[in-house]
Amino acid sequence: MKLKTHGGHPNRVMTAALWLGLGAITLSACSGGSDAADGTADPAAGGSDGTCTNTVVNPDAEQVTVWAWYPAFEGVVDLFNNSHDDIQICWSNAGQGNDEYTKFSTTIEAKSGAPDVIMLETEVLPSFIIRDALADLTPYGAADVESSYAPGVWADHSSGDGVYAIPVDGGPMGMLYRADVFEAAGIMTPPTTWDEFAAAAQQLRDSGSTALMTDFPTNGRAFNQALFAQAGSEPYVFGDTDSTEVAIDLNDDGTKKVLNYWYDLIDKGLVGTDDAFTTDYNTKLVDGTYAVYLAAAWGPGYLSGLAGADDTAVWRAAPMPQWDAASPVQVNWGGSAFAVTSQAKNPEAAATVAKEVFGTEEAWKIGIEEGALYPLWKPIAESEYFTALEYPFFGGQKINEDVFLDAAAGYEGFTFSPFQNFAYDQLTEELFAAVQGEKSPEQAADDLQGQVVDYATSQGFTVK
Amino acid sequence: MTQLATVPTGVPAPTNARPRPTRTGGIDRARQRHGWLFVAPFTLVFITFLIVPLGYAFWMSLHTKTLAAGEHFSGFENYTRAFTDPEFLHGVAFVLRFSLVLIPIQMLVSLAAALVLDNLSSRLSKFSRLMIFVPYAIPVVIGAMMWGFLYSPRFGPIGEIFGMFGIDAPFMLSPDNVFAGLLNVVVWQWAGYYMIIIYAALRGIDTSVYEAARMDGANGWQIALRIKVPMISSALVLIFVFAIIGTLQFFTEPQILRSVAAGSIDASFTPNIYAYTLAFSYSQFNYASAISFALGVVVFIGSYVFLFLSRKRNGLS
Repeated sequence: MKLKTHGGHPNRVMTAALWLGLGAITLSACSGGSDAADGTADPAAGGSDGTCTNTVVNPDAEQVTVWAWYPAFEGVVDLFNNSHDDIQICWSNAGQGNDEYTKFSTTIEAKSGAPDVIMLETEVLPSFIIRDALADLTPYGAADVESSYAPGVWADHSSGDGVYAIPVDGGPMGMLYRADVFEAAGIMTPPTTWDEFAAAAQQLRDSGSTALMTDFPTNGRAFNQALFAQAGSEPYVFGDTDSTEVAIDLNDDGTKKVLNYWYDLIDKGLVGTDDAFTTDYNTKLVDGTYAVYLAAAWGPGYLSGLAGADDTAVWRAAPMPQWDAASPVQVNWGGSAFAVTSQAKNPEAAATVAKEVFGTEEAWKIGIEEGALYPLWKPIAESEYFTALEYPFFGGQKINEDVFLDAAAGYEGFTFSPFQNFAYDQLTEELFAAVQGEKSPEQAADDLQGQVVDYATSQGFTVK
Repeated sequence: MTQLATVPTGVPAPTNARPRPTRTGGIDRARQRHGWLFVAPFTLVFITFLIVPLGYAFWMSLHTKTLAAGEHFSGFENYTRAFTDPEFLHGVAFVLRFSLVLIPIQMLVSLAAALVLDNLSSRLSKFSRLMIFVPYAIPVVIGAMMWGFLYSPRFGPIGEIFGMFGIDAPFMLSPDNVFAGLLNVVVWQWAGYYMIIIYAALRGIDTSVYEAARMDGANGWQIALRIKVPMISSALVLIFVFAIIGTLQFFTEPQILRSVAAGSIDASFTPNIYAYTLAFSYSQFNYASAISFALGVVVFIGSYVFLFLSRKRNGLS
């Protein structure tokens, strides 16, 4: 082997480098492309030619493809298929939350491969409505089922005159707390206002307990937003008239008040700042590190499904603490709905599925008992069965009657933006920067406002 | 850095042979026709899955689509935007800094391991070779998740080790430590792969060269540094290029670890994460294509500069 001693030929070097550069683009294109393929070609992911996870009872009937990730959904699908001769559901689980949205987003861009009916969280509806990805259900009899839902809930799923999804489950918020940890610290009644909450946090610390009051995750997204909303924050006005106009108010006084409150507790070391939905966070929820879990109505189901729980734990539920006990404000965290996509082959059949799949008591009993969902369908939510339901995890407490029904009844609706993912990502960055001490909470809110306004402008919106 | 997995291993033979002067005989032309026939299946796949998507992505990058105002042709506007976009430039700066630190460490580790293994011929050396290579055999996603657990202050061994001395363990994915935290994951995963490439190159050297060196009075160090390293320089250039491309396209590890450290690893942490987020989270497919091409330009410039500087040793002259 002889070593080269003469100089290289620039042209050949140039060509080689060019290929490497092109390779880099393609490789990155490939990594994106494989995701794209997941949405359209993967038979398990549904789509028009996909195979179904469930059994189709009546193969001659019109088939409607459904993407959903509800726990225990298979029983609900079977119930629908067994009770319908003309329409059959072909269900597949295309991933949870963002995983599913990524696939859906790709099918929108590709203009094919979307399911007929899709489960979406309420907060992402405007993001898909603006891309013309969802069908207006008004012509398909959406009004028939309007009376089965609370007005605030119905408003969350409408935009302008159109109705874009049929509500399924909601997330009215309450406070789940460790009664044993509280009692050991001498806190005999759970706090009802945020002032009492801060005082209880201090009392917990002073009692020598190692537990923190709760966690304020900087990646809480909808959770953080709900806390701001409780203090009067209404960050967006969008969708009622002109869908190219949006009003943005992310740095209002309410938001700043809430931020200052929490950062004060964080500074005193009374509250944790762990990222939500990580393994660490899940463990701390159940091992007594946090005395309180500020939760949505689906929270108890989430909590009781976590491993490593402390057997001696005594969990109880109480209403959310309030800023003003005289005029309580109820907020919502999460919740989902069934929408019909604009690619649906037979929108009428698809709309029937969206309206009826969670439109019976039998379906809801599966949803409540096996899936721990909080029903927005009034006939079951207001039934004796649901209000009087006792939860063994909470020592037999009737948590719906005590906490969540009032929270749901007081919820007045919330408007999300058509670029919610971006806004949430920026929120996480700003909250984190404030926790790191890089900026004050007020500055974080102001910066967030600036970034989201700039983004909206760059996306062609008129910001009012 | 998953992409590297698809690059064929092995060391290119130095291209000493000059191309034969071409004759324009009939036999040669017939041979060329047959040759085309043989490469046709590959060419077809190459065009369908590489050239066409590339062209489409480029076409997309020349358009702008906004949520409110629809799509229009915008020429190179997206590129001007990309190269003035602080988020993109921040990501590029990060991967450049990361490669500056990562690549020397990675190459030193793999070179040292290969040189040591080349000198040993016991059963232990075979076992060690395998063990050093094993991290590469673990899928990147699994590896990253595993490190996510190892770094966890609650479950990880780091917490316990520091606890024995009564100190609080650092969180390896906090904003200050995330650089080192990721560095460790990548070196762990890739050093074995590069070690195998170097080792294979070392095995290709004729042992009589060492004998001659020893007779001239060279000791072990001198043989390693003065004989072996220069003789495998083209393999070193190869892994350097692999490493630089892989690092500039850094994606999988930070993307996985984002779910446990959302604050330290943001949506524009590396250019590839930024392109991914833009396309699939913010539905800006056009701008994401432009970002991908812009990244391609950066890789092109980086590779060109390096290949030009190393032209005496890279076998491309």
